[in-house]
Amino acid sequence: MDALLERLEGLLADNSIFTLQTLSYYGEGLVTTVQLVFLSLVIGLVAAVPLAIGRGARRPWIKWPIFAYTYVFRGTPLLVQLYLIYYGVVFVEGIQESWLWVILEEPFVPALIAFTLNTAAYTTEIFHGAIKATPRGEIEAARAYGMSRALMLRRIVLPSAFRRALPAYGNEVIFMLHASAIASVVTIMDLTGAARFVYARFYAPFDAFLFVAAIYLCLTFAILYLFRWLEKRLLAHLKPAGG
Amino acid sequence: MIDLHGYGPRLAEGALITVELALLSLLLAIVLGLVTASAKMSRSRVAHGIGTLYTTIIRGVPDLVLMMLLFFGGQMGVNLITDALYDRFGIDIFININEFVAGVVTIGLIFGAYMGETFRGAFLAVDSGQIEAGRAYGMGPWLVFRRIRFPQMMRHALPGLSNNWMVLLKTTALVSVIGLSDMVRVASEASKATREPFTFMIIVAAIYLLIASVSEWTFARLQKRYSIGYGEVD
Repeated sequence: MDALLERLEGLLADNSIFTLQTLSYYGEGLVTTVQLVFLSLVIGLVAAVPLAIGRGARRPWIKWPIFAYTYVFRGTPLLVQLYLIYYGVVFVEGIQESWLWVILEEPFVPALIAFTLNTAAYTTEIFHGAIKATPRGEIEAARAYGMSRALMLRRIVLPSAFRRALPAYGNEVIFMLHASAIASVVTIMDLTGAARFVYARFYAPFDAFLFVAAIYLCLTFAILYLFRWLEKRLLAHLKPAGG
Repeated sequence: MIDLHGYGPRLAEGALITVELALLSLLLAIVLGLVTASAKMSRSRVAHGIGTLYTTIIRGVPDLVLMMLLFFGGQMGVNLITDALYDRFGIDIFININEFVAGVVTIGLIFGAYMGETFRGAFLAVDSGQIEAGRAYGMGPWLVFRRIRFPQMMRHALPGLSNNWMVLLKTTALVSVIGLSDMVRVASEASKATREPFTFMIIVAAIYLLIASVSEWTFARLQKRYSIGYGEVD
């Protein structure tokens, strides 16, 4: 490890911008970005499953509130949602004296809440579409086996819908990665935050932003290939025969 | 009545900037999208390569990073050019990159890549017999494009176009970060000054929803118009 660091230092010897110090900013930024995106995606995904089932319910008092939620969160910019929650938390009277302030003080938590609400809304609509597209025959077969609604949902509808939702969900993951760049606006030192810091410190926009763009590009490709691999494995039975 | 603490007029101006920015970026994106689609479908390998590189890079990098690169980097690039002009020829000019222009160019450039993909798929969906028929009538390539390919392509492109427009509209909020006084920036300043974030942010959210609803209605009408002759029997 030390030898590696030494070699890296040798490589960077003539570089005034990309020193070990600035690279460590980017490194910490990468960790923050990945944490933020991963946590919001996981929580959003867990929330989206019941929401998507409710979105397709017959009862209006279940269906319409969920529709209103997804409509509002998909129809307004994430930045506005982030400001609403971030400023809302900061300016709500009394919150700074309460125990909640301990967790809300860090801008990470309001950002995580905003991102989670946003991705849950998009994911709900993706799953809702996938559930609606369940082939009739699959449901009829489940009924013919005498399955209850819950069992049918668990064994037939959801597994088949998840597979159909996979390509659209892959896009949502990439979208969230890119959207997470706005976390830097509320002073979070994510990847973009690190790039803004390096830009301000050295007044070197090309170095600071091209480097971070390259990192995002690599992350995007990694997600793309992960989902392609997943699709290949999970959607193999849908491929045309003999192909 | 809601108390806006005198921010009403500025908020209205900001809303106007948002709409202007979105419409001008859309125009640029459509033009770039048509060029990109043509490049990607052309037989020239260089044009195809450039088109692919453009769409891949733009779609792999966050909008905000591209916007900062173009806005901060663009100013520096322009300064380098004007400095060189001064040193070499003694021409003394100073060009200040305006936030509005930077916003339009960046958003147009980003969505040009997405539009390119939409248009490419749509052009490929036009039956080649239609184009051959146009040629048989003695139409030149431009006339074939204007009278046959474009109107028929639009029917296939509209759903994607409408989708891109909705995303573009929301992306305009990012220009507030590079200093343009769109409605998000006004609302953000007002929130900090008055300590009433909910009032201002909810108004801004409602304006976005209103624009989105009007757009949905407009696109539904356009879709109807471009689907004449293909309509479902009702």
